[in-house]
Amino acid sequence: MKVEEKEHIMTEPKTIPEINKKALIEARNVNVFYGHFQALKDINISMNKNSVTAFIGPSGCGKSTFLRCFNRMNDYIDGYSIKGEIVIDQKKINWKNVVIEELRKEVGMVFQKPNPFPKTIFENVAYGLKIQGIKDKSFIEERVIKSIKDVALWDEVKDDLKKSALALSGGQQQRLCIARTLAVEPKIVLMDEPTSALDPISTASIEELMFELKQKYTIVIVTHNMQQAARISDKTAFFYMGEIIEYDDTKIIFTNPKQEKTQNYITGRFG
Amino acid sequence: MTNSQKNKLIDNAFKIFGVACTLFGLIILAILIYDILKTGLTRIDWDFITNLPSRRAQKAGIYTALMGTVWILFLTAIIAFPIGVGAGIYLEEYGKKSKWANFLEINIANLAGVPSIIYGLLGLEIFVRAFNLGGSLLAGSLTLSLLILPIVIVSTREALKAVPSSIKDASVALGASKWQTIWNQTLPASVGGVLTGVILAISRAIGETAPLIVVGALAYVPFAPSSPMDEFTVMPIQIFNWVSRPQHEFAVNSAAAIIILLLITFMMNGVAVYYRNKWQKKIKW
Amino acid sequence: MRTRTQEKIIETLLKLAASITILTTIGIIGVLLYETIAFFKEVSIVDFLTDTEWTPLFAQKHFGILPLVSGTVLTTLIAIAVALPIGLTIAVYLNMYAPKAFRKTFKPMLEVLAAVPTVVYGFFALTVVTPFLQSIYPDLSGFNSLSAGIVMGIMIIPFVSSLSEDALYAIPKTLKEASFGMGATRFQTSFKVMVPAASSGIIVSVILAISRAIGETMIVAIAAGQQPRLTFDPTVPIETITAYIVQVSMGDVPHGSLEYRTIFAAGITLFIFTFLLNTVSFWIKKKYQEKYD
Repeated sequence: MKVEEKEHIMTEPKTIPEINKKALIEARNVNVFYGHFQALKDINISMNKNSVTAFIGPSGCGKSTFLRCFNRMNDYIDGYSIKGEIVIDQKKINWKNVVIEELRKEVGMVFQKPNPFPKTIFENVAYGLKIQGIKDKSFIEERVIKSIKDVALWDEVKDDLKKSALALSGGQQQRLCIARTLAVEPKIVLMDEPTSALDPISTASIEELMFELKQKYTIVIVTHNMQQAARISDKTAFFYMGEIIEYDDTKIIFTNPKQEKTQNYITGRFG
Repeated sequence: MTNSQKNKLIDNAFKIFGVACTLFGLIILAILIYDILKTGLTRIDWDFITNLPSRRAQKAGIYTALMGTVWILFLTAIIAFPIGVGAGIYLEEYGKKSKWANFLEINIANLAGVPSIIYGLLGLEIFVRAFNLGGSLLAGSLTLSLLILPIVIVSTREALKAVPSSIKDASVALGASKWQTIWNQTLPASVGGVLTGVILAISRAIGETAPLIVVGALAYVPFAPSSPMDEFTVMPIQIFNWVSRPQHEFAVNSAAAIIILLLITFMMNGVAVYYRNKWQKKIKW
Repeated sequence: MRTRTQEKIIETLLKLAASITILTTIGIIGVLLYETIAFFKEVSIVDFLTDTEWTPLFAQKHFGILPLVSGTVLTTLIAIAVALPIGLTIAVYLNMYAPKAFRKTFKPMLEVLAAVPTVVYGFFALTVVTPFLQSIYPDLSGFNSLSAGIVMGIMIIPFVSSLSEDALYAIPKTLKEASFGMGATRFQTSFKVMVPAASSGIIVSVILAISRAIGETMIVAIAAGQQPRLTFDPTVPIETITAYIVQVSMGDVPHGSLEYRTIFAAGITLFIFTFLLNTVSFWIKKKYQEKYD
């Protein structure tokens, strides 16, 4: 049993079948450069629908860079270039003719620090719908309320929808940002260390939320917090120096990693 | 006296000198305002504001000049606002890092240092002669618009720069296009700063005299302008005209007109500062 | 796809708006060159640069720019002699001595000085400063460069003080603390450490102030006179380049005449001066930014 599994892990990155029907996200031989610096080396990975995948690894290992490849947020960085293929929902997304705006409606993102717009709570959540040109007020309202309920923020803000989002606490702001992302009903939600700027109580509520969201969305989360990765994810990828050292079920990564580097990292010997 | 006592003495002496220098400028400003108020305040009445110009100082009013200034204010705002803000958006949000943008930037820095009277010469040849606009309000406001464009562009860029990139990231991550992000997020968040810059630039424009004289604004205009193609005069030129006359009565007139002009200038500056403060208070990132 | 096109149109429009600034520069240089070349077809460039008289509006015409240049340089020198020591002292005081609240209130208040329309300063120079100076020195002429220069100096104080203070403010705190730590007074720290460290920023502020003074028009047109003469005597009437352009513009000079072209020849002289100064300051600023970034 053990040996088989090991083989499976060792070989998976190298031999991805042309089309993996179950996978929603696939990366094939992805290399990313910032000028001459190579930030990611030969990344191969596939992620299934309705799963939570965590990227862990020390700072500067490339995990955030990789996350931002999925909604092409790296496009704005000087000197950025990518080789290889990223396929989302059977469509290659890193080529010229992809309409970035369309892609980002499918692949939402939650950022490290809560970044609500300096507008009302309602306007924040409605924004994504409005920029799509949706004018139907009752539809927008319905969706806004639903999204706010989905992130368990409704009871706290239901009377304050017209108030500025900047008046909310950090944890509430981050849940609002998640609601804002959900309002456009993406298939995938990318989270870039979503709780690193929050207190433990807010963090707990957002982690709880992720369990719920898994039913409907596919989540990829970058985190520095290993307990968090262990608590919430189905699969975990360990990044080091621009490479995926190990990618497996979270349970295995945290209890019985195959690679020494992974072992060292999760036991806190470096990073 | 020991060395350190001497040093202490110098230190304190400079401190007093520093206060004196800071107050010097302000005292001069106070004297200037006091002198102008003393000379001109009694001259201001309703007739002074509504009377047409006259050769007799007591009968002369500022109506045509005031209307000219109001026209110039609006026309310049209408022309300079869209162009300046548009150019600022382009340089800050689109053109970054390109060679063309870099060249534009150096060029704008240079234009900001060109004396206003040179813009007058440009306006005279291009707008007055080549475009055949004559010494009209339109020629004058086009000239002033070019003059204040660098100020509007630079302050627009400053305001846009102050908007944190996290807001822009959030917007594009939701599928907003570049322009949707600018229109819905960046501009609303920076509107206070942009407006402050525009108002300050326009308040500079209405205080300008030299370029308008060169463009051919007249010292004597019998009637208030009624269209952008009319001949005109403005408050500063009216003041200049009166200052240049030897009779004391005209000096009184010019002081009175200065009060009105300063009132307009300071009011615009006040509004600009108010906007800036309100904007800074409202948005704390 | 509709949005794509829309985006492209908007970007093009914005780019056009930005490009107007290039057209402005081309326009300025083109217009000045065009009329100046026509001017030099009738007037020798040697006369223009060496003749010591400027009398294009008289029957006996001379076209020597030197008197206008000397008038411009004289008023500028007086203005800088006022603005530099006062402005720099204010900058150092606000940065090193003044309580925070004082700095916060007085810095913007001083900037009001730069917001007053220049025609107002002209009035002030002519009707307040000149009579005041005459009470001390009765031989002072009613129009003179001294009074105009002093008032111009007051006007440009905020250019020197604000920009120099910004430069001082940008100096890393550690430098200041290092000097204090060795027992230096604020005065010693200011002039032995801070001012030298901020020197490029201070020089830039002074250059900008000079450039502003050279191009200033209304103060000199009102208070310095309209008599071009090659002198450095601050008590007599003179004429600056800018004041000459105003003088001609106020009169009725026919378009295309030689007199009309003189204002462009004078204008290009002024433009070259300010362009050189701006270029130098831009160059210093660029170097200085690289050092601290």
